[in-house]
Amino acid sequence: MTQASNTQAPALKLAPTPGQTIGPFYGYALPFDKDNELVNQARPGAVRLHGVVTDGAGTPIPDALLEIWQADEAGNIVARDGSLVRDGYTFTGWGRTAVDNVGHYTFTTLNPGATEEGKAPFIMLTVFARGLLNRLFTRIYLPEDTAALANDPLLASLDEAGRKTLVATREADGSLRFDISLQGEGETVFLSYPRES
Amino acid sequence: MSTEATSTESFTDSHVLDPAATTLSQDAISAEITDIHAAYRQSVVDGAKAETQPRIDFAPYRSSLLRHPTKNLHHADPETIELHSPAFGERDVHALEADLTIQHNGEPIGERIVVAGRVLDGDGRPVAGQLVEIWQANAAGRYIHKRDQHPAPIDPNFTGVGRAITGPNGEYSFTTIKPAPYPWKNHHNAWRPAHIHFSLFGTDFTQRMITQMYFPGDPLFSLDPIYQAITDADARARLVATYDHSITSHEWATGYNWDIVLTGSNRTWMEDEEGDH
Ligand SMILES: [Fe+2]
Repeated sequence: MTQASNTQAPALKLAPTPGQTIGPFYGYALPFDKDNELVNQARPGAVRLHGVVTDGAGTPIPDALLEIWQADEAGNIVARDGSLVRDGYTFTGWGRTAVDNVGHYTFTTLNPGATEEGKAPFIMLTVFARGLLNRLFTRIYLPEDTAALANDPLLASLDEAGRKTLVATREADGSLRFDISLQGEGETVFLSYPRES
Repeated sequence: MSTEATSTESFTDSHVLDPAATTLSQDAISAEITDIHAAYRQSVVDGAKAETQPRIDFAPYRSSLLRHPTKNLHHADPETIELHSPAFGERDVHALEADLTIQHNGEPIGERIVVAGRVLDGDGRPVAGQLVEIWQANAAGRYIHKRDQHPAPIDPNFTGVGRAITGPNGEYSFTTIKPAPYPWKNHHNAWRPAHIHFSLFGTDFTQRMITQMYFPGDPLFSLDPIYQAITDADARARLVATYDHSITSHEWATGYNWDIVLTGSNRTWMEDEEGDH
């Protein structure tokens, strides 16, 4: 894949529509049955991805909605429907979850594989919340392939503190832990991409 | 899409209602907005690029104070998964989900409307076959949500949730009821302009967005710190639907047009670039 820099990106023809906060009342609209189960818990290779979303005071926030988008275990990017009506067998690569009353979230998913030999596998994450006027993007890197992590261009462009916020921790039971700090202590590095305006 | 929350519950949700915030006056909030907008306009005069998105650090919206990152967003060159988007189809969404007026046994109360338009990317290309989700208050300004304390009536015939898959030209159409403004607790006597929440996907996941569509001529626009967090007047106007008599149907519903433009796809131009080598 081409490593393209922002300066090469062609200008937009149309001005993009502004985002707005998700607000407090998405809870009856956006969550759906098995929204956070990209795979069934019983499937071999199923892993728990979980963590807490905190604000600038370090307080867990109870009204955030998260979405993840990722490759499968072999590093294939799938384009299959069936995310909203899950059949329990089809891996679609996309999931959504609202955090609970103590700011905690859980996805049941697979460890994404490297999309190319030597690439550091990561899961794409989007954060929406009441009080957050526009969505935030970040990456959740798997911690294991340290050589690939060391060669990753995005991680290389960050200082040690920033890098730490993007690499998940593997827990003893195989779960991935990834906390999200919207502000202040350990503030997660959030990303912008070319062609946003 | 559940309607279970229509039952009466006791509401003690302190994180939605900040009692301290309610002592602030609208004048105080409006003065803050005026100052930020004046500084923005001066910056454009001085050569700054026009803003297209809301500020995420916008103090007049008090809930944003502790919830915006303080560091600048870090530039990433999109790769692999970021250049693709999840797929949705007929398996996921039934065509009838785009009609919010037929989800119960009776007709909802209120002004029946059709909101129709297209989803485009920043290059003007239609975003076809993608998911659009909406949710909204009813004709009295009340959500079917347990945290909504506004003492306005729930309509047993209106949930206020819809979904659609865009057509080949990026088109969507929802039939619904015009939502009413509703009060909230940002400051004393704070009211949101009437709006419909929209959730959108593009061809790249980096185009993912959630926003709110407003109705033309709403007298609450200038007072609302969420809407005014978009400092640029042209950008704000992009969230306002247009009354469209060609969408209005005889003796049935009035019509509004609203086209949505996502950011630019990175996959398309990067692929073109690769082809050049
Ligand atoms: Fe709302």
